[in-house]
Amino acid sequence: MDFSRRAFLRGLVGCSAAASPLLTPVTFAAAPWEERLVVLVLRGAMDGLDAVRPRFDAAYGPLRPTLAAAPGLPVEGGWELHPALAPLLPLWQAGEFGAVHAVSTPYRDRRSHFDGQDILEAGSGGDDVEGLRDGWLNRLLLHVPGAEAETAYAVGREDMLILRGEAPASRWSPDARLRLSPQARRLLEVVHHEDPLFRAASAQAVAIVDGLAAEGMEAGGAADHRRLAAFAASRLRGDTRIASFSLGGWDTHVGQPAALDRALSRLADAILALREGLGPAWGRTAVLCLTEFGRTAAENGTGGTDHGTGGAMLVAGGLVRGGRVGGDWPGLDALYAGRDLLPTRDVRAHAAWVMRGLWGIDRGVLEGAVFPGLDMGADPGLLL
Amino acid sequence: MPFDPHLAAVRFGTGLGPRHAPPASADEMLRRLRGPDRAAALWPVARSAEAVPSQVELNEAARAVREGTEAERMAALDRQAAMREAARAARAADFRAHLARRLDASDGLRERLHAFWADHLTAVARNGPGVHFVSAYWEEAIRPHLAGSFPAMLEAAILHPTMLRYLDGARSVGPDSRAGLNGGRGLNENLARELLELHTLGVDGPYSQADVRELAELLTGLSLDRDGLFGFDPRRAQPGAETVLGVAYAEDASLDNVRAALRDLALHPATARHLAGKLARHFVADAAPPALVADLADAYRATDGDLLAVTEALLRHPAAWSPERLKVKQPFEFVASALRALGVGGASVVALGLGDTRRLFIAPMSLMGQPWQEPPGPDGWPEEAEAWVTPQGVAARIDWAMERPEALMARIGAELPDPRDLAEVALGPLASGPTLYAARAAERRGEGVGVVLASADFQRR
Repeated sequence: MDFSRRAFLRGLVGCSAAASPLLTPVTFAAAPWEERLVVLVLRGAMDGLDAVRPRFDAAYGPLRPTLAAAPGLPVEGGWELHPALAPLLPLWQAGEFGAVHAVSTPYRDRRSHFDGQDILEAGSGGDDVEGLRDGWLNRLLLHVPGAEAETAYAVGREDMLILRGEAPASRWSPDARLRLSPQARRLLEVVHHEDPLFRAASAQAVAIVDGLAAEGMEAGGAADHRRLAAFAASRLRGDTRIASFSLGGWDTHVGQPAALDRALSRLADAILALREGLGPAWGRTAVLCLTEFGRTAAENGTGGTDHGTGGAMLVAGGLVRGGRVGGDWPGLDALYAGRDLLPTRDVRAHAAWVMRGLWGIDRGVLEGAVFPGLDMGADPGLLL
Repeated sequence: MPFDPHLAAVRFGTGLGPRHAPPASADEMLRRLRGPDRAAALWPVARSAEAVPSQVELNEAARAVREGTEAERMAALDRQAAMREAARAARAADFRAHLARRLDASDGLRERLHAFWADHLTAVARNGPGVHFVSAYWEEAIRPHLAGSFPAMLEAAILHPTMLRYLDGARSVGPDSRAGLNGGRGLNENLARELLELHTLGVDGPYSQADVRELAELLTGLSLDRDGLFGFDPRRAQPGAETVLGVAYAEDASLDNVRAALRDLALHPATARHLAGKLARHFVADAAPPALVADLADAYRATDGDLLAVTEALLRHPAAWSPERLKVKQPFEFVASALRALGVGGASVVALGLGDTRRLFIAPMSLMGQPWQEPPGPDGWPEEAEAWVTPQGVAARIDWAMERPEALMARIGAELPDPRDLAEVALGPLASGPTLYAARAAERRGEGVGVVLASADFQRR
C-alpha cells in the first residue's frame, strides 16, 4: 500500500471541513457520497437467541431453562429484546434500531472463532479461508470512484482484516499519539524508507496526527468503546463515509446472564455514542453489527452457551427500517446439526443490499468482487 | 550450514548488547539450552503456591461476597479491592523479572522459546484479583519443558489450574455424572475445542464436532478443589467410554484416560505439522518455508515430540539463516531488545516501582497492541507483520523509542549511549546505510537513539 502525500493532504483538508466555516462548499463534494456505513464486528460469537429472543417459539423456553427465565423487553411479533438493550428501546420504537435473525456467513461446522471472524471480515464463501487475504470493505473501496485514504476508517488498536487490502484506508486508535520534532520526522522517513510496510504505516501515522492536531483533537487517553464510537463519528462527520471497529466479550460459555449483559450494555453505549457524535449525519447512516456465528440453541452445563451457527445481526441508524425483526425464522424444532439455529439467509446478502441501497453499487460488483460467489437474492428491505 | 552470530542473537535470542558476546555456534546455543536455567535462578517469579494474594484468599472472599451476611460481604468487597491492587503489583514485579531475564541472558534462545510456547498454550487470567497467576503457570507448566517433551508440556498445561479456569475446564461436568444429575450442571466444550483446534491438531486437523464433544466428555473429571488446586473428581466425570479420533478410551473415568488422550493428541501427525508450521512462522517468516516446516515435523515425529530435537532441527536448517529479516518483533521483544542494546541490566529494571513499570513499559506496550499477558484470545498474539505495523502500532513504537529510553536512563542514573555506538552495538553488520546515516544526523542524543530503535532495521528480526 503506497500513500502519496497529495492524497493525504487532500484528505486532511476535507477532515477539517466540519470544523471550519471558511472552506467553500466545494470541499464537501470531495466525498463520493453522503450516506455513511458503520460496521461493528462483535468478536466472540454473540448469542443472537438471547439478544433477540423468540419468545413466541414454544421450543425456546425448554431449550434454555435458566437463560430464558428472566423476562426481556417485549417488542412486536412475539419477540423480546434482552434487558440490557433497554437504552436502545426508544430507538427501536423510532425505527432506528432493529434486528435480522437466522443469518450467518457460509462458514459451517468448524465453529472456530478465529476462522469464523476471518471469514466474516474477508466476506468469503467459507471454503477458502486461506484464499481471501483482504476485507470486503476494502474491496468495496476499489469500486468506488473518488475513494481516498480518508473515505474508510478502521478505529482501534488492532489491525482489522475487514479494511485490509489494496485500497488505501485509514487506521487509527483514539488513544494513539506521536510527538516528533521536524528533524525526527525527517530521520524516521530515512530509516523506514526501504521497508514498504513501515514506510506506509509511519507516513500514515504522521499524516493522521497532523490532521487531528489541525482539528484540535486531543491525543492520548482511554480507548474504550465510547471513545472508539466517538472517534469514528468524528471522522464520519468529515470526509469519512465508512468506519469499522470491534467490540469483544461475546464468548459466553459460562455465566451468560452477567457476561451478555455487560457486552450488550457496551454495544448500546457505543451505538448511542455514534448517534450523538454523528448529529444530523445519523439520519444518513446505517450501522451493521455482525458476529462470526451464533451459539447453541440449548444452554450448556455452565450457565452459558457454546459455539453455534445461525445468529442475529443488529442494525441501527436513520437509514434502516428498524423496530422489527427481519429474516426468515426457521423455528427451533428444526435445528442445524441438531444443536444450532438454522441459518436461512447468508448475512452477506443483507450487507450487500444495504450497500446497494446506500450508494447504488452495482449488483455485479457486489456479487463478483465485494462478496465473491454471493447470490444476493431478493431485496430484504432493510433500508427505508 | 552457515552460522551468523549477529543474526543468531537477533532472530533466535533476545538481541545484541554491549554486555554479551553473541553466540558462537548453534552447538553453543543448544548446549546452554540443555544446561541449567540460570536466568530463572537469577530472576525468579512467584510460584502458584506462594502467590499473593493466594487462590485460597481469593476463593474465601468470593464465597463471603456470595453467601455472607451484609457485614461479611462489605468486608470481603474491601478485601477484594485490596487484593486486586496486590495482584497488579505482583504481576508488574513478575513482568520486571521477565524483562530482566531477557536483559541478562546468555541463553536468549530459552527466553524466546518460553515466549513461543507460552503463547501457543495461551492462558489468560482476566479476573482482577487473579491476574498474577499467569507467570506462575508459565513457570510451572511451560518453562520446565522447553528442552523436554511436548506431550509432557501439554499435560502440564492442560491440567494446570490457570488453564482449567481460563477455558472452563474446571466447570464442565458430565451431564450423566453424579454431580451432573444432582446439580443440573453440565458440559462445556470450550477446553476440548481449543485443545484440538489450537493446542494440538490445528484448525484444519482431522477432527469433527463429534470428536469435540467426546473429548469434552472425557475431560469432565478435571476439577479444582476449594483451594484452587487441581484434582480429578470421578463424581463429575461423564460415565461411559469416549472415542476421540477413532481411539476408544476406557469406560471407567480416570486421570489416566485423560493423560492417554492428551498424549495421543500430542503425538498425532497433524499435531507435528501444526506445531512445525507455528515454529517456522514465529521464528523465520510469516510465509513459512515448506521445506523447513516438513523437516521440523519430521524431527517431531521421529522423536515423539522432543523439543530439543525440534529446536536443533530449526537451528541447523539453512532456511533459518536467510539474511532477509522478514519478521517484525512483537512489542515486548522490541522493548526488551532495545533495553539490552542500551546496556541496561536486569538489576536496574527489577528495582523499579509499579508506577515506573507502567509508565515506561506496560502502558506503551498496550498502545503498541500488546497488553502484557492479555492476548485477545486463546490463539495468542498474531504473527503477521501487518497485524503489528499499523499506523497506530508504529506510532506507539516510535513514540516509545523517542521518549522512554531517556526517561529510563534518568530513573536508573545511567547515560544514553552515542547513537552511532548504539547502531554499532544493536545491529553490527546488520545495520543499513540509512540507519547509520540517521544515527549520525540526529541533533539530539535522545532523538538519535529513538531513530535507531524505531528503524525498520531494529524492528525486524
